[in-house]
Amino acid sequence: METENRRNVKSIRRNRKVISNTLIYIILILIAIVCAGPFLWMLSTSFKNGQNIYDVHLFTTKPTLENYTGVFQFLNIPKYILNTIILTFFSILVDVIFSALCAYALACMDFPGKKLIMGALLASMIIPAAAGMIINYLVIVKVHLLNTYAGAILPGAVKVFSIILLRQSYLTIPKELIEAARIDGAGEGRIWWKIMMPGIMPSVSTIIIFDFISKWNEFLWPIIVLQDPEKYPLATALQYLNGSFNYKFGYIAAGTIISIVPVILVFVLCQKNYIEAISGAVKG
Amino acid sequence: MKRKTKQTLKAYLFMAPALFMLIIFVFAPIVGSLPLMFYDYSVLGETKFIGFGNFTRLFQDTEFLIALRNSVLFVVVVPVIQILSIMLALLVNRKLHGMTLFRTLFYIPVVTSMVAVSIMWGFLFDSNGVINTLLIQMGAISSPIGFLNDPRMAMLCIMFITIWQGLGYYMMLYLAGLQSVPAELSEAAYVDGANSIQTLFRIKMPMLKPYIWFCSLNSVISAIGVFDVVYVLTKGGPADATNVINYYSYVKAFQDFEFGYAAAIGAVQAVMTTLLSIIIFIYGKRGGGMTYGD
Repeated sequence: METENRRNVKSIRRNRKVISNTLIYIILILIAIVCAGPFLWMLSTSFKNGQNIYDVHLFTTKPTLENYTGVFQFLNIPKYILNTIILTFFSILVDVIFSALCAYALACMDFPGKKLIMGALLASMIIPAAAGMIINYLVIVKVHLLNTYAGAILPGAVKVFSIILLRQSYLTIPKELIEAARIDGAGEGRIWWKIMMPGIMPSVSTIIIFDFISKWNEFLWPIIVLQDPEKYPLATALQYLNGSFNYKFGYIAAGTIISIVPVILVFVLCQKNYIEAISGAVKG
Repeated sequence: MKRKTKQTLKAYLFMAPALFMLIIFVFAPIVGSLPLMFYDYSVLGETKFIGFGNFTRLFQDTEFLIALRNSVLFVVVVPVIQILSIMLALLVNRKLHGMTLFRTLFYIPVVTSMVAVSIMWGFLFDSNGVINTLLIQMGAISSPIGFLNDPRMAMLCIMFITIWQGLGYYMMLYLAGLQSVPAELSEAAYVDGANSIQTLFRIKMPMLKPYIWFCSLNSVISAIGVFDVVYVLTKGGPADATNVINYYSYVKAFQDFEFGYAAAIGAVQAVMTTLLSIIIFIYGKRGGGMTYGD
């Protein structure tokens, strides 16, 4: 009698579990449709021809590459991709090297003014610049970098966030390692490059992913600085295409897909590292 | 040279490139925008000092007042987005098959550019777009809704897109928070007969506190600074219904080239952001949540 009761309780529990799990899956799928559905619809639209552009159906019987060939003829897509790669690559390069050098001094060396510099860095993350972009623009005009890649790259390249993250990362490397190298007569530059840099590689890769995503998506600053549309990165060109040729709907869909695929790929490939870094930032 | 001086010199050499860039592009704008807002800046003509002229003009400028009101209104997205993302984090904080896939899917809007996102939703919200077609097919409406043409609707759409794009980001942060709750704690509560709602409010939420403050702070700063989606999708329209201060300051600066006036608008935005941040910061400190510093 008692064992039967227990079995009943168990099976009721199991049933309950099955029901609640099914419910959770239904909710998850519904949310997934809201989050990823628009992308899928855009993707399917990019393979449809002119007539059924506003079609609700996700699948088309006659997929076509017309929009992709069309947008390539319409816009110089390879050029825009190249521009985006140039802007993204050099922004990342400047950020990683300059931040890694600066963070090394802040983490591993003693000097007067260290507290002040750390304080200023932290404060700059909180205090908003009332007219940041305006002053940046005026500076770029002054140094004759308007309409150049350098003008598009430099203002946002070095991020305080990167310096703070890398400093944190240097601090986890045992101090004895540096002391030993210093006693052996190694110069600071050598210590930094040979001992410290390899130790902070995980954080460097985090910064690369972060910067890649934000720079690949950046569109406003390039519009302001680059007057020549030939120099636009992809996101900016897409905005331009959308603004001027609203009726070329299929082209815009194809262009949008081309512009978001690299970012989604990088994210999916590096998501473990990326998400750990995002979560770690709160504990800072 | 003394060892100490040498060390100092070396340290500053290491920092020189980064500090140089930051001084020019981060600190100079913070300091330089202060004088700028008291000038009638002219690109070609003469730049004049006008004292508080830009500020008196601000409060007679109806377009600015509308933008200000819209920006204040827009802060509503902050609690909405926080509550939804906490719920989402609770939902995905389980060991079920395929959970990683779901988390990835929920996160994809975060990494996509706002240009692509806005274009996409622009088409979905179109009067002939998918959403209208589906609603008509289901019989929910008889004629299409002008999502982006109706002033009130347009603002809601902008808010919706902002929430839609930010949800995954905050979900991940809260998930990290939930996973830092020791499993023994929830188990102990369960053994003591606490139900899941009690565990949520008595154990999980208090542990999430630092995350809630951090996320709200981030969220407030980006809500007052909302720009991209407005720029791509509505250009502040229809009839200024989605004009927000950050967009208005952009228009004044880079379309009308009134840099001084734009800087004054930026100052109002900076003050709003700072005030709200301070409020959140004080509440966070009192709640014992903030964990800034080393």
